[in-house]
Amino acid sequence: MNTTSLPSRSTARDVARVAHTLGGAPFSRREALRRAVYGSAGLLLMEPFGIHAAPRAAAIAKEGKAKSVIQIWLWGGPCHIDTFDPKPEAGREYSGALDAPIETNISGIRIGQLLPELAKNADKYSLIRSMTHGNNGHETASYLVQTGRSSERDVFPGLGAVVSYFKGYDAGYKGLIPPYVVLTEPQGRFSEAGFLGPRYKPFATGGDPSRTPFAVEGIVTPDITEEHQKERRKLMRSLNTLGGSLPGNATLKTMVESEQQAYELILGDSGKLFDLAQEKDEMRDRYGRNTFGQSCLMARRLVEKGVPYITINYKGWDTHKQHFQIMNRKLPELDQGMAALLTDLYDKGLLESTIVFCTGEFGRTPKVASESPWNGGRHHFGACFSSLLAGGGFKGGQVLGKSNATGEEVAERPVYPADLIGSIYGQLGIPADAPLPHPQGTPTTVVPGQEEQVKMAGLLKELV
Amino acid sequence: MKIIALFLVFAAAALATEAIVYEAGPLVMRSGESLKPHEQVDALVLGRLTELGIKPSNLCSDTAFLRRAFLAVIGTLPTEAEARGFIAAKQPDKRAQLIEVLLQRPEFTDFWAMKLGELLRVKAEFPIKLWPNAVQAYHRFIHTSVRENKPLHIFARQLLLANGSNFREGEVNFYRAMQDRSPRGIAATVALTFMGERADKWPEKKLDALAGFFTQVAFKSTAEWKEEIVYFDPTADKDGLTKKAIFPDGSPAAIQSGLEDPRIVFTDWLLRPENPSFCRSWSNRIWSWLMGRGIVHEPDDFRVDNLPSNPALLAYLEKEFASSKCDMRHLFRVILNSQVFQLSSIPAQDTPEAAANFAHYPLRRLEAEVLIDALNQITGTREDYSSPIPEPFTFIPENVRGIALADGSITSSFLELFGRPPRDSGHETERSRDTSPSQRLHMLNSSHVMKKIQQCPLVTAATNSDGTEALADRIYHTVLSRPPSAKELETLKAHVTATYGGGSSLAADMVWALVNQPEFLFNH
Repeated sequence: MNTTSLPSRSTARDVARVAHTLGGAPFSRREALRRAVYGSAGLLLMEPFGIHAAPRAAAIAKEGKAKSVIQIWLWGGPCHIDTFDPKPEAGREYSGALDAPIETNISGIRIGQLLPELAKNADKYSLIRSMTHGNNGHETASYLVQTGRSSERDVFPGLGAVVSYFKGYDAGYKGLIPPYVVLTEPQGRFSEAGFLGPRYKPFATGGDPSRTPFAVEGIVTPDITEEHQKERRKLMRSLNTLGGSLPGNATLKTMVESEQQAYELILGDSGKLFDLAQEKDEMRDRYGRNTFGQSCLMARRLVEKGVPYITINYKGWDTHKQHFQIMNRKLPELDQGMAALLTDLYDKGLLESTIVFCTGEFGRTPKVASESPWNGGRHHFGACFSSLLAGGGFKGGQVLGKSNATGEEVAERPVYPADLIGSIYGQLGIPADAPLPHPQGTPTTVVPGQEEQVKMAGLLKELV
Repeated sequence: MKIIALFLVFAAAALATEAIVYEAGPLVMRSGESLKPHEQVDALVLGRLTELGIKPSNLCSDTAFLRRAFLAVIGTLPTEAEARGFIAAKQPDKRAQLIEVLLQRPEFTDFWAMKLGELLRVKAEFPIKLWPNAVQAYHRFIHTSVRENKPLHIFARQLLLANGSNFREGEVNFYRAMQDRSPRGIAATVALTFMGERADKWPEKKLDALAGFFTQVAFKSTAEWKEEIVYFDPTADKDGLTKKAIFPDGSPAAIQSGLEDPRIVFTDWLLRPENPSFCRSWSNRIWSWLMGRGIVHEPDDFRVDNLPSNPALLAYLEKEFASSKCDMRHLFRVILNSQVFQLSSIPAQDTPEAAANFAHYPLRRLEAEVLIDALNQITGTREDYSSPIPEPFTFIPENVRGIALADGSITSSFLELFGRPPRDSGHETERSRDTSPSQRLHMLNSSHVMKKIQQCPLVTAATNSDGTEALADRIYHTVLSRPPSAKELETLKAHVTATYGGGSSLAADMVWALVNQPEFLFNH
């Protein structure tokens, strides 16, 4: 939550670059930064995590068509054939009760019958029906889909952290709201900052936006009145005996500055962004008065404030049992919330500059597990699944790739996670060969180079 | 006139009280032939300061010393009773006595096993990937070594010459806890760990020469899931690097190829008495752990162009450490009993040079683990630690403290937020002790901290009939390990009048206001 962009970082960058052009890498980026620090006493104090600072990130990313990303993460793995790739012709063994898909407003594209609102707006998004990575474990698949990599030894950053690295504080982002926000629960470090370090971790709001107030962790405290907040802050300040004995101490000065920023969120205007009561009732209803719907509305408010990356973690898609009952409950929520988000962004002219993508870590077994104990459940399926992609310069109304007749295999144009992620970076103006600061200094680019031997089938040129 | 005079007297008394909180008066310089080791340290630091014309700060007060010693030596906040006991004690050598007690406390072992665990990268998951059983074995080896006060050179020898199963011989995990297990990767880790040198600043030839000693370290799996054997394989040297093995000081090594494990040749060289690099780098590390800064700084960055701020002091500590047979507690004792460790953190001169020469004690934010343990101690609460990766999940018993966690990959957003080191590289700088706005947000306003304060026995037991003074006295001793000053009491009374009387809400505000003070958040 650093609001100052520091000239000294570019000094570090220059030192590193000079070293690089001199041939070889005689000293690390960390060292370059350290050397630059000697010229500027302020830097270490301003940097919450100095050693992870990104001296080169800012300059590399260009202005892209997209300015923000909303990642709708269907946590647990949604079934592709009940949502974006229906297969009624495969028979009830596959489609189960959901065997009557509906036509969308784009001729030739049909989607699951529980998604009528999205069906009216197929011009605003495209579907990828040939997502694949072949992994059926939640953690590993989540990591694959969000980092594009399956590396065994390194922990790569997820795309939210990468965007934060190239578009966040190091790139002149000045908001007090952190550049990478998760609504509401984080997925854990495997899908977070990886080797970029804690500076690029998401800020997870906690709380529930469908409740009033939306108790954003650390920012909105329902049990304490504003009056009380102010009173106890005064008390805290007047008891600062050590601070009084150490006037001008640089370490304490940093603490005071951090505290001021914290209070700007607790008591100042910045924190009011999370007050959904500022939206009209009709608007709140349009998104659906549930956690997911209001998270979508909150995401739109964050986009309006220029937050570059927002993840909505939407739980409950791991349906080994009771699959169809759960779909009947959840798909209408998903339909209403996401359709409202897409149309609202469109109405406000923000869809052009905002990528919305929706996916889980994998799909689910197209063939229904009718035997006991599953009794009509679906299991993990990483061989073939679907993702939705909209806005930020991506074309709408398209279907990319194809699964086979049963949705069990990719039939045409496979899309690997790295293809999707790389295309998102491209729209944001982050070049495929932009370097990531690998901890061992191994040259590493945002889109994996050939030497990494990551499976890719090509960036999504068809949708740009 | 009389009234004004009285007021002045009161003002002066109040000022004096504030000063007494942190300072105890000027230090005493001893000189002469038969100085004790800790007096020798004082002489060397003061000598250097005089040379540079820097004035040291005063000695710290007893309460400041108590808190500093507890936090720096055992990573643990003194309890209310411990604070009262120490303040009341009348013995003139009570500081030295406290140091002895702390060196024998079980938390000493936990805390320094944690520190060594960082440097030795004890971590189940990516990118180190030791696996949970191996983490337990490795941590047990380290923990036992600290508890038994195993001489550090023997500890180092056991790590360097380890062979066997990662589940049974904990020390073999030294070779597994590396991102790069090639001979060069091992050599770089060995240089960092045992010589305090960063191989990325070495010429390539020097690294290759050291790598020659580690070409025959081999790994193989067994029928047991995730078990791995580390062993000496004379046929493993595929690149012929062993022939090129040269000691880091440039002297030639004679290795009988295929007959003896080259690691033995290197370890004998590293740990022989005439070789200073081991004792020098480790005494510098220990100094930096206690004093907040190395004589060579960073403490794992020894090189010709990074000079010690006080060469004579470093030489003295090295000698003292070597002649004590690498006794870690002995060196702690020497440093902790010195007046240098007991200087006030209120500087006489606040310049980078004064700080680099130890003219005052630095302010250091509490380590993540120490901070959460302190909050839990104050509020009588606990944390649930677990790790969802790898499966099956790891759950830590609920009474385990943060400093006693064996595994660096235990999930905890608090520990991450407050800079727990990732244990990926073994660098001392991996730990962050900086302050960030998100940390402030968490301490000031998170439900996590708020719930703890609401459960705090001092808060739940407080009633409206408790006097503000009595309440403040208990809360100050519990949180800041000292009594409140007269001025602080006045402030609190004013707060009561301005808000809502006393009782639980006042106690909660007090605890909240104190855990958010720099005096609590920093070791000073």
